[in-house]
Amino acid sequence: MDSVAHVAQMSRPGKRRRQNPLPGFGLSMGYTLTYLGLLVLVPLSTIVFKTFSMEWSAFWATISAPRALAAYGLSFFGALAAAAINCVFGTVVAWVLVRYRFFGKRLVDALVDLPFAVPTAVAGIALTAVWGPQGPLGEPLARVGIQVAYARWGILIAMVFVGLPFVVRTVQPVLETMEAEVEEAAATLGASRATTFCFVIVPHLAPALFTGFALSFARALGEYGSIVFISGNMPLRTEITPLLIMTKLEQFDYAGATALAAVMLVASFSVLFVVNSLQWRKGRAAKSPRTQRANRRAS
Amino acid sequence: MTQKRSVSESKASRVFLTAIALVFLGVVLIIPLALVFHTAFRDGLEGYLGALADPDTLSAIRVTCIAVAIAVPCNILFGFAAAWSITKFEFRGKRLIVSLIDVPFAVSPVISGMIFVLLFGADSFLGPWLSDHGIRIIFALPGIVIATTFVTFPFVARELIPVMQMQGAEQELAALTLGASPWQMFRLVTLPSVKWGLFYGSILCAARAVGEFGAVSVVSGHIRGETNTLPLHVEVLYNEYHFSCAFAVATLLILIAVLTLGAKATAELMERRTRPQRELPLKEAKP
Repeated sequence: MDSVAHVAQMSRPGKRRRQNPLPGFGLSMGYTLTYLGLLVLVPLSTIVFKTFSMEWSAFWATISAPRALAAYGLSFFGALAAAAINCVFGTVVAWVLVRYRFFGKRLVDALVDLPFAVPTAVAGIALTAVWGPQGPLGEPLARVGIQVAYARWGILIAMVFVGLPFVVRTVQPVLETMEAEVEEAAATLGASRATTFCFVIVPHLAPALFTGFALSFARALGEYGSIVFISGNMPLRTEITPLLIMTKLEQFDYAGATALAAVMLVASFSVLFVVNSLQWRKGRAAKSPRTQRANRRAS
Repeated sequence: MTQKRSVSESKASRVFLTAIALVFLGVVLIIPLALVFHTAFRDGLEGYLGALADPDTLSAIRVTCIAVAIAVPCNILFGFAAAWSITKFEFRGKRLIVSLIDVPFAVSPVISGMIFVLLFGADSFLGPWLSDHGIRIIFALPGIVIATTFVTFPFVARELIPVMQMQGAEQELAALTLGASPWQMFRLVTLPSVKWGLFYGSILCAARAVGEFGAVSVVSGHIRGETNTLPLHVEVLYNEYHFSCAFAVATLLILIAVLTLGAKATAELMERRTRPQRELPLKEAKP
């Protein structure tokens, strides 16, 4: 409901809106709505219709089957762990890229976006080749008894791969715009570097870290392409939820696939909703008179 | 000097942190992608070129090109329409539209494909009508094009919206006041000011359209030489244990990804180079 209030507050009185002399509102708005309607709303609504055409007992039996529960657990905890790993290493990468100088820094900075640009199927076969029993990293690990590819570790690695840029790219701009004065003040007051980092820098980064965490989590939750190659796809053990949906689709069990998709959609829309409302609150805080006054004083 | 040291880390911890970052990126990103090239050339240059010249590969390239050629222009048009109406006008429900644009990012690729199977498949509401008229959408090229369009439609809009938001409407209004026609205003004022955002958004959209796997995999039906895109062809080759061929085709996709990143770097550089010209007087006034 907040959003409605916000939009109502933003939009000007009808008189002035009509005076906006820029052309093309009807055309661009019409095209946008038609496009979104045909491409997004109508197709997504099929999930709703299909779900409601199912018997409740059949729906419940599908989404609470042991194989489905195992898949949710794997997807959820895998994505959680991958997002946590990305938060730690992504922050280190962002920190190094913003604060230090080293040879090849610009190249490294550009490479961070690779997981956005590389197709997931390619990422999947590449990771499997590296971590497989004969791979350059998988082979030594296999010798000490750790199986990475075709096991849960492999899923975790694929999830880390696809989620990494989200954390780096949300933390990096915040670090770049951080005022040096705050850290200097902490140092002048006798704080050690570690104290400054934990009590000054980390709280400042916290909102960006949370956004990065949630985006990385959402991406890993839905990821399919890179994981199918490396996971081994064993029901109850290494089968993620999107793969289970795919299996049901291949068996033409559309009702079952839809039920699982409905569960996944609720999960990923909740994550997106939380991120959006947090970002919006942050945006509003930035616009609030208090922050603006503080900014003016700072400059 | 002491002042400076107190707001930075010791040399040792700087080296240590840099090493952690580089090793992490090396293990997660660089080694896997380098290994793809290594494996692709395992059978020598001949084997590599042979894999690329295979009729099925060429057909996959053709299918991918068709999907890109339709999806990208549609999405550029959508990007402009959405960005124009969202940034230059005030209306109710704006936030809802902005959220709807993000939907493909929130939905798993498998679900993105599935919704079109539910809409057009044999089992669907439209299915009987489509089959009566001999129209095949699912397990055929139209399905691939539609799924690709769905997955890639946010990219151009999301690049254009912030750029156009920042610019405001003053320049367009000035052009109109000076007697420009709407088309002149668009071509001479709006388009030049967003060109790098448009360039990068389109490249990103195209790269994603080439590489989309999950959604396309659901709707394509994997008919060799007919409905396989490049990523699907990689999967087929890989599952048939033609490893060096699969990796050879994969190198094409990695090259496209690297070109995308190069285009991004260029767009950012050009944007930075064009922007300071406008800000220069302010910056000079500062000291």
